[in-house]
This record gives sequence, C-alpha cells and structure tokens, in this order.
Amino acid sequence: MTQMPLAKALNESLRKALENDPKVVIMGEDVGRLGGVFRITDGLHKDFGEDRVIDTPLAESGIVGTAIGLALRGYRPVVEIQFDGFVFPAYDQIVTQLAKMHARSLGKVKLPVVVRIPYGGGIGAVEHHSESPEALFAHVAGLKIVSPSNANDAYWMLQQAIECDDPVIVFEPKRRYWDKGEVDVSAVPGDLHKAVVAKPGTDLTLAAYGPMVKVCLEAAAAAANEGRSLEVLDLRSMSPIDFDTIQASAERTGRLVVVHEAPVFYGAGAEIAARITERSFYHLEAPVLRVGGFHAPYPPARLEEEYLPGLDRVLDAVDRALAF
Amino acid sequence: MSVKSTAARRTTRGGAKRRGGEPGLVQLLTPEGERVEHPEYSIDLTAEELRGLYRDMVLTRRFDGEAITLQRQGELGLWASLLGQEAAQIGSGRATRPEDYVFPTYREHGVAWTRDVDPLNLLGMFRGVNNGGWDPNENHFHLYTIVIGSQTLHATGYAMGVAKDGADSAVIAYFGDGASSQGDVAEAFTFAAVYNAPVVFFCQNNQWAISEPTEKQSRVPIYQRAAGFGFPGVRVDGNDVLAVLAVTRAALEHARSGQGPMLVEAFTYRMGAHTTTDDPTRYRADEEREEWASKDPIQRLRTYLEKEGLADEAFYAEVEAESDALAKRVRDGVRNMPNPEPMAIFENVYADGHALVDEERAQFAAYQASFEDAAAPGKGH
Repeated sequence: MTQMPLAKALNESLRKALENDPKVVIMGEDVGRLGGVFRITDGLHKDFGEDRVIDTPLAESGIVGTAIGLALRGYRPVVEIQFDGFVFPAYDQIVTQLAKMHARSLGKVKLPVVVRIPYGGGIGAVEHHSESPEALFAHVAGLKIVSPSNANDAYWMLQQAIECDDPVIVFEPKRRYWDKGEVDVSAVPGDLHKAVVAKPGTDLTLAAYGPMVKVCLEAAAAAANEGRSLEVLDLRSMSPIDFDTIQASAERTGRLVVVHEAPVFYGAGAEIAARITERSFYHLEAPVLRVGGFHAPYPPARLEEEYLPGLDRVLDAVDRALAF
Repeated sequence: MSVKSTAARRTTRGGAKRRGGEPGLVQLLTPEGERVEHPEYSIDLTAEELRGLYRDMVLTRRFDGEAITLQRQGELGLWASLLGQEAAQIGSGRATRPEDYVFPTYREHGVAWTRDVDPLNLLGMFRGVNNGGWDPNENHFHLYTIVIGSQTLHATGYAMGVAKDGADSAVIAYFGDGASSQGDVAEAFTFAAVYNAPVVFFCQNNQWAISEPTEKQSRVPIYQRAAGFGFPGVRVDGNDVLAVLAVTRAALEHARSGQGPMLVEAFTYRMGAHTTTDDPTRYRADEEREEWASKDPIQRLRTYLEKEGLADEAFYAEVEAESDALAKRVRDGVRNMPNPEPMAIFENVYADGHALVDEERAQFAAYQASFEDAAAPGKGH
C-alpha cells in the first residue's frame, strides 16, 4: 500500500499500461513534455518517447478520429481531453464513430480507445472548465462510462478501461486530483462496472460517483452526529450502472438520494430514480430524490459554491427523504 | 451574386470547360480517346491491363445500374450511384496494393470492386439488413462511412499506425468536394502533415454536393488546399482512368516512401442523382450533364482500345456476358437476402458485454416469446 494523490495514481496507472502493452499509446494536447495541464502524464514522454506519448495538434475531433484509426491498426490509444468543456469538437467522432463502429462491423472491428476527461467544478476555473457532461455520453450505446472517486480506483479503473475492448470514457474528478489515498498496486481489481458500498448504513442510501462521493461521505459523518445512519454507494460506473447494488441498498434502507454535479434534468439521477422505482416500488419509504446541478450553464467561479451540491444540500435532501 | 463567388466560379466550374488546356490537370487519355503525355506522370500498360481497366469500369457501371433498378423495385431502401465516376474509382483502386488500406465514403462501389469486396456486401446496408458488416481487415477496405469526412481522420490515424509499425504500405482516404468543407478533413490534413503519415487524400470532385456546386465549398481549386498544409496536391482528369491510375500510384508511392501525405483531386462528374431520393433537375442544367457525357470514362477507353486494336469483338462480348451474369447474381442475391433476426438489435453493441444490453435483450426476448405462447395451440384466443 502506498499513499499518493489521485493524479499520481492515474500517472502510475498509465505508466503501468505503457509498460504492460507496447500497443498502448497516449495522445492529447500537451501530454508530452509538459506532462499534461494536470500533470497526469508527467514523465511518460521522457521515459517512453514521443512515439508512445504523443503531443497532438490542438483539435479534439482530430485526436479522437485518429485514435480510432490507430485502434483499427491494432493500437490501444488513451486519449486525453484537456477539460470537460473541450470535448464537444470530438463529440461527433465519439458518438457517431467510436460508439458505433463495432456494431456497424457486426463485431469484426474492435475499438479499444480510452478517452480521459477531467471533469466537474470546484477549482475556481473560467467557463468550460468545470462541466459534468457524463449523461451526454451515457445516453449513447457503444460507450462505457466510468468515474473513479479515489486514488486506488483511479489506479485500477484506468488500467481496466485500457484493457477493455470497448471504448471507455474515464471521467476524472479534477478537484480530487490532489486528494491522497492508499493505492494497493498488488490488489486484484474487481469488476470495473460494479458499485461499492463506501460506507454502510441503515436509514438512507446516498448514491454518488466521482467528486461527489467525498461530499456524501462527509454528509454521512455529519448525519451520524445526529444519530442517522446513512449508507454511501460509490457507483464508479455510469454505463453500465450497477442497478443491482443500488437496488439491494435501497431496499435495505428504504430511502435513496442520488447526488451528482451534473444537472439533474435527464441526468444519471433521473435514470436511477426511474429504475429503482420500477424495481423496488414496495420497498421504498420515500420517492427517490436527486441532488445536482441546475438547468443553467455552469456559473462563474464566484458562484460555484452555491451551484455545486455541498454538504448542506445533500443533508437537506436527506431530511426531506426521511420526512416521508 | 457577389464578385467573390463569381470569381470562384471562373476558377472552378469555368475551369472545367477549359480544362484540356489547363496546366494543372493531369490527363493521359483525352475525351476523344487520344493518348497524350504529361511531363510528370506517365504510364505504360499492357493491352491486357488496359482491357482489365475497361472490364472493371463496365462491370462496375452495370452493378451500379442494377442497384438503381433494385431500389426502384423496392428491394433497396436507397442507392448512391457512382455513374460517371468509374475511372476515378477504378483507376485509384487499381493503384492500391493488397497491403494498402482503403477508407471509403458510401459511394466507392468501384473501389470496393478493385478490392474484391463482394458487391452483395455493399447492397446489404442499402437494403437495410445491416449497417455494413463486412470485415474491413479481409480486403483492407474499411466500412462505408456515411457522416461526411469522418473517415479521413480514421485513415490518418491508421496511417500514423502504419508509420509506427514501419510497414511498407500506404493508406488512401476517399472523400468528396462537399466533404472538403468539413472540419474533420482539415484536421486530417493537419494531423497527416504534422506526423508525416503515409496517407493519400483522394477527393472525387464530382462538382455537386447534393444540390450545391463546388463554388459553395471553396474559392480555390480543392487540390490547392494541400499547399497550405504543407504537402503536394494534384488535380487529375477523373474521367481518365489512365491518368488517375498513374497519379494515384505516384501518390501512394510518395506516401509509402516516407514523404508523407498527398492530395489528389479527381475532377469528375456525378452523372446521376446524389442518391435515389434526389432530383437533380431541380438544381442543375441538362446541358452541363450533356457536356460531361461527352467525356465519358468508359467510352474514351473503348475508343482508344478500338483505335489501337487492343481488344477484339470476342472481348467485348465476353465483358457483356460477364456483366449480365453479375447483374443476375446481384439481383438474385439481393432478393434472397434474409432479414436479420429481431434479436440482432442487441448483438455487437459492445465487444465485452454490457449489463443493460443483457437486461434489455432478456426483456425483449421474453416479450417476443409471449406472442409465441399466445399463438400456441390451446392457448390464448
């Protein structure tokens, strides 16, 4: 076990993938000498060379489109999109080509491409640097979407994504990049798409992923002081979603609150609420509630504390659910 | 009309009228079937090779015509005809080697022919039984790409991989005059240039992007765009199969030999509609089509073959018989093409599986089975 920040865990993960498989290549803007704007690829260019750690032209569609071509040639490209709000020039290539080519070929073509996207707010950034667009991708069949919440998951989930023969988008919680955690590099990783109980509880289930897991754990700790036992699920995967684990927890506690930074409208919470209502209607003591972003553009940084679901907004939803 | 677009018209469409004398246009066989020489590009083919090109073009045209008929008969949902572009496709396709890799649009039926892709595979997607479905690695012929220009990036990425592997092969990306406006094509040019990728960008400028003429896409001849990206571009008479073959061979060799990308603009004409849903009478004049009809790619090669005595009547009869056989095979094949099973919806969505797909597959299977139960004797009404 080693203590390291989430960003370092991703860096070690990429290093391991480059060592394990000569077909793995890293592509993106500034991923070479600079090591990426968040330094996730720090040192990799030096150690693996520009043939494997490729500084690309500043063109996101081009990055993903050429990654598809490299994958067709037998490579396993790991693409970095610099910020969440910059992925949209590549949206067409991701949705129209990356997601669908395997089916189009009736299974003859595989596209093991990983798209890494630092996402979410909380870092005081300018516009387009704080968004949570995961639902826009989860809606598309052919893509898999995951988001680690801690260093250990960051280390393992990224490698599992790279080993997967399907395109995987890894949403990295950028405001957690500097959070340290234990990484067990000798562990046997579990299922990439399985949710885990981050903290057991009996009165209500909080389901979250990525950056909001920490907020939910803090909410559970605060609630415990008031004698309430909250269970926290770390969903880890947005596509597929591990509904079985959510269902089991919701049926145990009778109450479910889904928390994410992304707008609640058409978001992961809406999907989870619908599915769990279908599956567990008679077990629920309260409607499934959602806490998330508003139907408004991500606000200027001076307003993001109000915009982002924090401890109080999560606890407010907990109160409402428990009041039923 | 603005002054600018009038100027553009003179340099592109107007240029077509003078193109015999246009220094930029590579031509080795005139519309009248005369062999001419070009200072940079030459070709020396045997009589058998020349007959082969003729045969390819005739069979391709026949296949294309049969597909249009099948669409009219309701056997295909749609067809994108290549009529008029046979030389551009056969010439460039025959310039490729087996180990080269082809990234087509959805109109490259002639190129597919040169890559030994079964024509029935192409018809499957236009009939609606699949979205392509052939194995691109079998013939190094990628799936048809419908979204305009996307495949130029795939070709470039593939070529970057070829360069990494140190392989002695090249990649060719097909696209059209309309696609030349797409950002993806510009990005493909940029990436290919920056990484010196062994890719040939082969633009069939057939003058029309559905209803929009080329001057709605570009103020400069398309081949000249390459210069701004730092690689050579050349315009070839796209109805001259010899010139297309010579130029594409040279371009592929340029790429293979480590000199990076090259742009070939094959100046040709879409004689038919954009697809079977299109009506060109709404936007272009018959005279224009008539003018291009006089430059027909097949007729000019036949004139040359006849004039030089390179083929006898038996050869033409044989090609005709072969065409009939191909047409029959295509007709029968399409009519007997089975519809996919409903559960195919859930096949190949993912390579490694996905829980939601599994769940929905099971639900849909149960739903389908409920009808079978209802229909069973002694059950239902």
